[in-house]
Amino acid sequence: MGLLTFKGGVHPNDGKSLAKDQPIKTLLPKGDLVYPLSQHIGAPANPVVAVGDQVLKGQKIAEAGGFVSAPVYASVSGTVKAIEPHFNATGSKVNCIVIENDGQYNEVKYTPTRPLEKMNREEIINLIGEAGIVGMGGAGFPTRVKLSPKEPDKIDYVIANCAECEPYITADYRRMIENTKELVSGMRVVLKLFGNAKGIFGVEDNKKDCIELLKAAIKDEPRMEVMELQTKYPQGAERQLIYATTKRAINSTMLPADAGCVVDNVETLISIHNAVLRGRPSMERVVTVSGNAVVKPGNFLVLFGTNQQELVDAAGGFRQEPEKVISGGPMMGFSMFTLDTPITKTTSSILGFIWDEVSKCPTTACINCGRCVSVCPSRIIPSRLADYAEKHLEDMFVKYNGMECVECGSCSYVCPAKRSLKQSIGSMKKIAMANRKKK
Amino acid sequence: MRVKENSNISASPHIRERLNSGDIMLMVVIALLPATGFGIYNFGSQALVLVLATTVTAVLSEYIYEKLMHKPITIRDFSAMVTGLLLALNLPPTLPVWMGMLGAVFAIIVVKQLFGGLGQNFMNPALGARCFLLISFTGKMTYFVYDGVTGATPLADLKAGESVDTMSMLLGTIRGTIGETSVIAIMVGAIFLLLLGIIDLRIPGTYLLSFVIFITIFGGHGFDPQFITAHLCGGGIMLGAWFMATDYVTSPITKTGQIVYGICLGVLTGLFRLFGGSAEGVSYAIIFSNLLVPLIERVTLPKPFGKGGEK
Repeated sequence: MGLLTFKGGVHPNDGKSLAKDQPIKTLLPKGDLVYPLSQHIGAPANPVVAVGDQVLKGQKIAEAGGFVSAPVYASVSGTVKAIEPHFNATGSKVNCIVIENDGQYNEVKYTPTRPLEKMNREEIINLIGEAGIVGMGGAGFPTRVKLSPKEPDKIDYVIANCAECEPYITADYRRMIENTKELVSGMRVVLKLFGNAKGIFGVEDNKKDCIELLKAAIKDEPRMEVMELQTKYPQGAERQLIYATTKRAINSTMLPADAGCVVDNVETLISIHNAVLRGRPSMERVVTVSGNAVVKPGNFLVLFGTNQQELVDAAGGFRQEPEKVISGGPMMGFSMFTLDTPITKTTSSILGFIWDEVSKCPTTACINCGRCVSVCPSRIIPSRLADYAEKHLEDMFVKYNGMECVECGSCSYVCPAKRSLKQSIGSMKKIAMANRKKK
Repeated sequence: MRVKENSNISASPHIRERLNSGDIMLMVVIALLPATGFGIYNFGSQALVLVLATTVTAVLSEYIYEKLMHKPITIRDFSAMVTGLLLALNLPPTLPVWMGMLGAVFAIIVVKQLFGGLGQNFMNPALGARCFLLISFTGKMTYFVYDGVTGATPLADLKAGESVDTMSMLLGTIRGTIGETSVIAIMVGAIFLLLLGIIDLRIPGTYLLSFVIFITIFGGHGFDPQFITAHLCGGGIMLGAWFMATDYVTSPITKTGQIVYGICLGVLTGLFRLFGGSAEGVSYAIIFSNLLVPLIERVTLPKPFGKGGEK
């Protein structure tokens, strides 16, 4: 049997060897911590502390601002210094709570949780929601909402996204190696919510050691299975992962639950374990610092709110001025103009490069070669859609399925004319979505 | 060290595959070299002069046009070179050099640049120019000499019902245009492009297959391997199928469309060769099918991932 996969995709140089063998190191921040109130999709959180308040580590500092929202917790003890706008990694200014770190790390008394067997569905979901857990793979969708589909009994698969298909990032890889038990435990919690579901760990076959470890860890778990996936980008994109593991296909108008699936990333499942079994709110995550501009690439357990510069310094800093700094992976991450921005729930990595391939690639005319069509996992025609987008032909764009784009960037990656196809399509998608809401 | 103030900001993805359009065109030029080399060996110095003159004229026309129009100069992408070279390979070696040069100007200025330059032309420039020359200078364009003997091409002999030597057609030691005679030399280049992934089998494969099926049904010889081999090795079908039907710009971008396009080519080539006035039919089949490309694309749009699902 061939490896499980989807149609399309690309094989960029994965660069994982830079940080893959570096064990997770805990970083204790020294400077101020900045907590954006919007680290997730949905309504921003509302602060429940005021300037001058003393807070403890693990104390709630902002509560969910609506159903689709998530609370925020302090990850250090100290004093609330300000509530003011700061730049986030994507370059926009969002309201943030700033806490002056007293360096004591005094923690609140966490409420002990009951054994998993005794908890009911509602109790588990509340714990997850109250812990402020959001999808930590990058999207930041509140996990409480994701785990509350209309018909929980119709969920057939809970899929752990262990693909980590983005080049350079090794955070999930290290988590799988070092925290296998917690990961499996997180899966156990989610499976408890969905009585008819099977748990699948979808791992790319470039992580053979993780596959072995996971297989050993679940040998007594009849409801779980490890599935080996072909190493290919974007194997970890939700729709592609669901297809690779279950052969079910969903489009832009559907949620994974419509196909009987729930997908959670490695870091999210570990946070679920921490929340439900240890009573700990979502306060930290593993972040990879890598790229050829970084002196000592590695993986760090970082508290949310930590300044990104502090994290880069912990990795030895930059060996020379980087041409490009990216928050997230090179395929879907955001290039940053400053490191004076905090690590949030969705920061998976910081990458520094001494060159910038994109600025060295002047755009030329499209030669209609069709490479974008071959690699597109959504099976649309990126070059034509980008034309429509650039000419503001919104109707044509929607008619020719522009909304199906998952913005994986495979088309821009292969384009020999070096067109910014994903950028054009992504922008038009946003415009079309905004106009759709107006109607 | 800190991030410098002017560090590069751009939308993702931040990495790009190395291959660019110029590389692809250069690979096509390289893939055409065996056929070009054989043509020059086969037909002598007049072929060399014609190839050089046509190619240089094509590149110069692009340069001068873009200079006069104040457009960015794009001759470094090798696309004009591909056009010039392909045109030369489609000309009889005895053609007066100025005609080849006129064809190159027509290909670049009229067929390519006037429609917007690279990527915008709806018709293969080299073939557009070839047909222009064929109509303008029919005599010169259909005058074939080999080893000092004037005569018909094997394909014309075949049409007249005479027997042909398929072995020399495979090797290329026959009358014909500069680049079309040697099937072996063309295939060397074609395999090179296939291995590099610059072309795939969809268009040439369905083209040749549907052509064979067409002439088997309508050729009056039934399934006669000798007749089919002669048809495949004669005329421009090999050069056309591997190097001109596969032109990205003038072929469908959809995968199913490429198969439909290949079938159109096979059927039209068969139709023109068997029932047309001339023995040849590849050039017209390709430029005709070029015109059908937008239509083919429209009806062969792929179904997006997950469409037709639950909702």
